[in-house]
Amino acid sequence: MTRKVKAKIIDEKGLKRTITRLAHEILERNRGTEKLAIVGIRTRGAYLAQRVIKEIKNIEGISLPLGALDITLYRDDFRQRLKQPVVQQSDIPFDIDEKNIVLIDDVLYTGRTTRAALEALMSFGRPERIQLAVLVDRGHRQLPIKPDYVGKNIPTSIGEEIQVKMKEVDDEDCVLLVESPDESETPDA
Amino acid sequence: MSFKRKHLLGLEDVSAEEITHILNTAETFKEVLARPIPKVPTLRGKTIVNLFYEASTRTRFSFELAEKRLSADTLNFSTSTSSVKKGESLRDTAQNIEAMKVDMVVIRHSAPGAPHYLTQCIKGSVINAGDGCHEHPTQALLDMLTIRDKYKYLKGLRVAIIGDILHSRVARSNIYGLTTMGAEVALCAPQTMIPYEAEKWNVRIFNDVDEAIAFADIVMALRIQMERQTQNFFPTLREYHNYFGITKERLDRANKKITIMHPGPINRGIELDSDLADDDRYSVILNQVTNGVAIRMAVLYLLGGELQE
Repeated sequence: MTRKVKAKIIDEKGLKRTITRLAHEILERNRGTEKLAIVGIRTRGAYLAQRVIKEIKNIEGISLPLGALDITLYRDDFRQRLKQPVVQQSDIPFDIDEKNIVLIDDVLYTGRTTRAALEALMSFGRPERIQLAVLVDRGHRQLPIKPDYVGKNIPTSIGEEIQVKMKEVDDEDCVLLVESPDESETPDA
Repeated sequence: MSFKRKHLLGLEDVSAEEITHILNTAETFKEVLARPIPKVPTLRGKTIVNLFYEASTRTRFSFELAEKRLSADTLNFSTSTSSVKKGESLRDTAQNIEAMKVDMVVIRHSAPGAPHYLTQCIKGSVINAGDGCHEHPTQALLDMLTIRDKYKYLKGLRVAIIGDILHSRVARSNIYGLTTMGAEVALCAPQTMIPYEAEKWNVRIFNDVDEAIAFADIVMALRIQMERQTQNFFPTLREYHNYFGITKERLDRANKKITIMHPGPINRGIELDSDLADDDRYSVILNQVTNGVAIRMAVLYLLGGELQE
């Protein structure tokens, strides 16, 4: 579905800079890479995680363990909004016990995806600590969840959405502020 | 794709796209089952009743485990410990279950069509776990998942189903499912155990087991179902084994790589040599059992969501 673009918030260069900064912040807060591992929430969070890992390799010369998490089976709206969502596989090829996991997602909104991701992650073991990194925090939290690392805070109205585009799936790198589907259906929107 | 069915009663009218979607979803659940905590909250709050009017070990355990892995609440019913002993009909049992607000029913019954009848009595989803000699769709789906695990594809593979075809719901579901997916299917049994309608199924028919093995990439052995037989279809079990038993000698004679499958329970030494059943160079029988849980989780998951408006 094509939605009306209100503004381009981050362009390709900006996205690269933001990811580099996130990688530095993660290293600084964790004082290096010991026990550190990165897990991205599918779909775009997983690609962001790959890029953060690449940046950390550039900075520290160390390849951190990388995982991808699918949270579909943990969502609380299975019988309401999503109906029968297509499930993808999680892929966490390392033992998460005693690790400091940085969970990465593209947009933080209500917090329900993060809640589901925390529950999903716990089914793989017992990490020592979980931190949350998001590319965009758009507000409107419904659960008490606060990110540790934020690429950009973009306060939005309910009638707006954030669209993160990544070359791996969208042919371009950028972050857009777009009208939500409901608003675009109104004739004067 | 979106899975728009409310019930899974058989595979006769299920498309290749739908089968592929179920198999792909089951792959995801295989990953869930391999986790340290192999449980997801997806069907939390749903109630599923397992109505088993016939004896079952594998299928019932498999469904029950799948339901528990998806966090559903489960009720188990068996005829020996229920009011069926007192003469309660299927309709009355179903309506009582309906009154208890059950969301899904898994039914095994000796009467073909019992699951179809149940769909008229209750509002919830119905899953056929075997109805008489008619269909056993989840068994065929787990068979296809096991074949796909090994060969990575189904189209063009040659599957010979050998044994008591006449009384086998597994055979029927596999014939429908495998042919829909583009596999070539052959049946092999004494002529008395080949159903009349078999020629309409777009399958090859052999009465010589060596020819069937020579044809096949995969041999699916079926149990001789003595409990369903009302007349003698062959003289003795020993003669059946001599003419139709799958043995190492027969595989050696065929001199090709063969995969052996069996839906269980196995009559060892009758339809299949005991050593072959346990030989993992040929047998994927225990893989079938493992895949059963993943397939049933996938089916419960896909039927458990709200239907698209």
